[in-house]
Amino acid sequence: MMSLELTINGERRALAAHPGDTLLDVLRREGYVGVKKGCGSGDCGACTVLLNGRAVNACLVLAARAEGASILTIEGLADGDRLHPIQEAFLDEGAVQCGYCTPGMVLSAYDLLSRNATPSEGEIREAISGNLCRCTGYVKQIRAIQTAAERMRSERDE
Amino acid sequence: MSDRPREPFVVVGQSVRKVDGVGLVKGNPKFVADTDLSGALHVRILGSPHAHARILRMDVSAAEQIPGVVLILTHENTPPTRHTTAGQGYPEPSPYDARMFDTKVRFVGDRVAAVAAETEEAADEALRAIHVTYEELPAVLSIDDARAEGAPVIHDEKDSTGIYEAGRNIVADVDIDVGDVERGFAESDVVVETTCETQYAQHAPIETHVVHSYLDSDDRLVLRTSTQVPFHVRRIVAQTLGIPIRRIRVIKPRVGGGFGAKQEVLLEDIAGWITLKTGRPAFLSLSRAEEFVAARTRHPMRVRVKLGAKRDGVLHSIEMEATSNTGAYGAHGLTVLANTGSKTLPLYNKAQNARFYGQAVYTNLPVPGAYRGYGATQGYFPLETAMDELAERLGLDPVELRRRNHIRVGETSPIFEKLGEGREGVSQTVKSCELERCIAIGAERIGWREKRGTRRREGAWVHGVGMSIMMQGSGIPQIDMAAATIKMNEDGSFNLLVGATDIGTGSDTILAQIAAEVLGVPASRMIVTSSDTDLTPFDVGAYASSTTYVSGMAVQRAAEKVREQILSVAVPVLKAPAEGLRLVDEHVVGPGGARVSLAQVCQRAMYSSDQFQIAATASCVPSESPPPFLANFAEVAVDVETGVVKVVHYVAAVDCGVAINPLMAEGQMEGAIVNGIGYALSEEMLLSSTGRVRNPSLFDYKIPGALDVPDLDVILVGSYEPTGPMGAKSVGEIGINGPIPTIANAIYDAVGIRLRKTPFAPERVLAALQGEKVRKGER
Repeated sequence: MMSLELTINGERRALAAHPGDTLLDVLRREGYVGVKKGCGSGDCGACTVLLNGRAVNACLVLAARAEGASILTIEGLADGDRLHPIQEAFLDEGAVQCGYCTPGMVLSAYDLLSRNATPSEGEIREAISGNLCRCTGYVKQIRAIQTAAERMRSERDE
Repeated sequence: MSDRPREPFVVVGQSVRKVDGVGLVKGNPKFVADTDLSGALHVRILGSPHAHARILRMDVSAAEQIPGVVLILTHENTPPTRHTTAGQGYPEPSPYDARMFDTKVRFVGDRVAAVAAETEEAADEALRAIHVTYEELPAVLSIDDARAEGAPVIHDEKDSTGIYEAGRNIVADVDIDVGDVERGFAESDVVVETTCETQYAQHAPIETHVVHSYLDSDDRLVLRTSTQVPFHVRRIVAQTLGIPIRRIRVIKPRVGGGFGAKQEVLLEDIAGWITLKTGRPAFLSLSRAEEFVAARTRHPMRVRVKLGAKRDGVLHSIEMEATSNTGAYGAHGLTVLANTGSKTLPLYNKAQNARFYGQAVYTNLPVPGAYRGYGATQGYFPLETAMDELAERLGLDPVELRRRNHIRVGETSPIFEKLGEGREGVSQTVKSCELERCIAIGAERIGWREKRGTRRREGAWVHGVGMSIMMQGSGIPQIDMAAATIKMNEDGSFNLLVGATDIGTGSDTILAQIAAEVLGVPASRMIVTSSDTDLTPFDVGAYASSTTYVSGMAVQRAAEKVREQILSVAVPVLKAPAEGLRLVDEHVVGPGGARVSLAQVCQRAMYSSDQFQIAATASCVPSESPPPFLANFAEVAVDVETGVVKVVHYVAAVDCGVAINPLMAEGQMEGAIVNGIGYALSEEMLLSSTGRVRNPSLFDYKIPGALDVPDLDVILVGSYEPTGPMGAKSVGEIGINGPIPTIANAIYDAVGIRLRKTPFAPERVLAALQGEKVRKGER
């Protein structure tokens, strides 16, 4: 076992990890179970988290590589009871069906909107192209991200 | 039809938020694997390396010595009870041909042993240390092999039951007819015939199969499992393990997608047995590769359709012959086969002569099961291809040919009665059908008249448009059963307890909406608990497009009973007869406007006067299965240099009755269509010459991502189904049937090739394009 220091959802944590552990293994073991496992090989995106502000597949990151990093998981997105605008938009637009891909999809959208406040539909599709969803057909998720972008812009303008 | 008078709805027809949505977007621990697993044994399964072999000897002694290994299960220490893994009503129409562990393996990946250990690593190490001596047997690797004279017999055991003819690898045989098809073809002016083949394809839910088992404080076995059929899991696990149903509790938390894959008891017996033997919690989750190899698939089929029509374009004779590959076990073999006919042929009820026949055969290949569409998907490919060919032969617009032949309100088809869920069906008359409007709206939206036959070219891309129509059902009539319980709380909220199984479909939400509509409250006042065999009443589960129609009706009836009880309490308060009272805005309102809140009503019933619990349970066994209807239109572009097919625009106009929650109904359609597009264009399980799945990953098995989805229009064309709850019928499955025939017909419109084998992968399209050039003498 080795010791790992990192920041998860704004909180400094010291965690124990096996050398072969992925970031996904460690996060789930520590109770961040909103980080989902769908394949373990970087194909489905269900384990998407933000590592130093960029969306990554946690199953492809060795935990040791996250030493000193800042991680955002879905659990850190809402402000208490106040959902993030992306989460609100996912609910309003019917973008959640089974909800298993939702945390990863929402975080990919968060990554996109943090870099691009006015994404085109093509840019949205590109941003979530690594997040597989078998329930929705993506139509409602794309719309939800557009809605979230609009709401975030108008919030900022106020 | 849809103009039937009805009260305006308040909650129904609104796209309210999912009742479980907030927890899902926050990533709260809602799924099986999200619980604290410390102390649980980790379970791994050893799969067979051979497609067909007898197990001569097993030596687990080395594996048992590995530190952390607690228990190893094999055929030597587990119950040998034959059962079916198909989660269907009892008695199941699938053969009892499976054991927990058998002395014979019948496909690559078939269960050989399972290890329970303190860690996953120890379990994996133990799997490698189990020594198995196999006697390899010749394998059956196609439906033709299965039917060949002298073919190896896959189920040669004596104790399996319910197999049609085990000695010839025939699981099921169906043959029904109406009139005389041969005479019908002789009397027809035009006859066309087409044979189509569909591939091995997988559901690929993002959450794989997963179960967590433990003993509660009374030593009862609790199974928290990702299933579509909690009550069938309880019954089948009790049967398989030889313990009473009353000793088992099945809890279904949130499920990360099912699509039919989880209408199956795949893991619960193993986890349950380990927990019973060790007294310890057990956790078993399939890896993605295991899911591909050893979970369930769609039945690959070869289906031949022959149509005969009079010169006016009215069908006179229809024949459909299906051969279904049901893999190593017969789960859903009969019923999927029967549905290939029963969910397709009634659509064209003008034909006075009709026949459906076929067989489901065993092979030593992965095991198909239930998959959204359930046989209809495989049937509509040749049927709607043949309709396109017939239109061409008759010189009719394909749209017009469908108009002249599809079933309408007030009409029936003898097929409804002749062919049901693997047995005789139930006669019914269509009471809601807006298919004609669906066709008109869809044709308009795609630009049918302007685009058809134009073969517009953009570089190497040639555009074409195609269409198809279809129906499905709403539950299994006179078989499916659902029940619901509603009880009232003193703040005017209600607990809604349903056996119905929300697998991401949103059924908890729409059932809450139905109850809320009757009770005059917002959907948020319904606290939904679903799918816990200890707490909720029975429901067959989430399959056969049944939940909205069957479970929804049970909920409506329970709510109506509760409503009566509420009114009985309000009568002395409002001093008005019950007949004049209404439930509006969380109040009981009298004729003169006098009102009492629901909270006050419940407080009175609980604490004050003639006290009783306001609560009721109701059930529904539907007497019919009203079909939803769908018209599909697609514009595709075919790259004539590479064979790549791109769907540019897809329009689906669907009549699902009243959409209880329109956004969710659209979501069901969109998801089904995109899954169908993957099935049409890219998804295929590739099998080696020894029967091994060669592409068991989401990298190599290509399901659509956000970049692959076309411009997609789903149009809900309202109708009112008088037998349904609030006018609703089903919407869950129908959409997946559309893309294959619609895209195939559009490809023909673009480049003149008829593709009869899925998926329409570039190499197949290119080969067909080159064949067409040769045929035309261009090369």
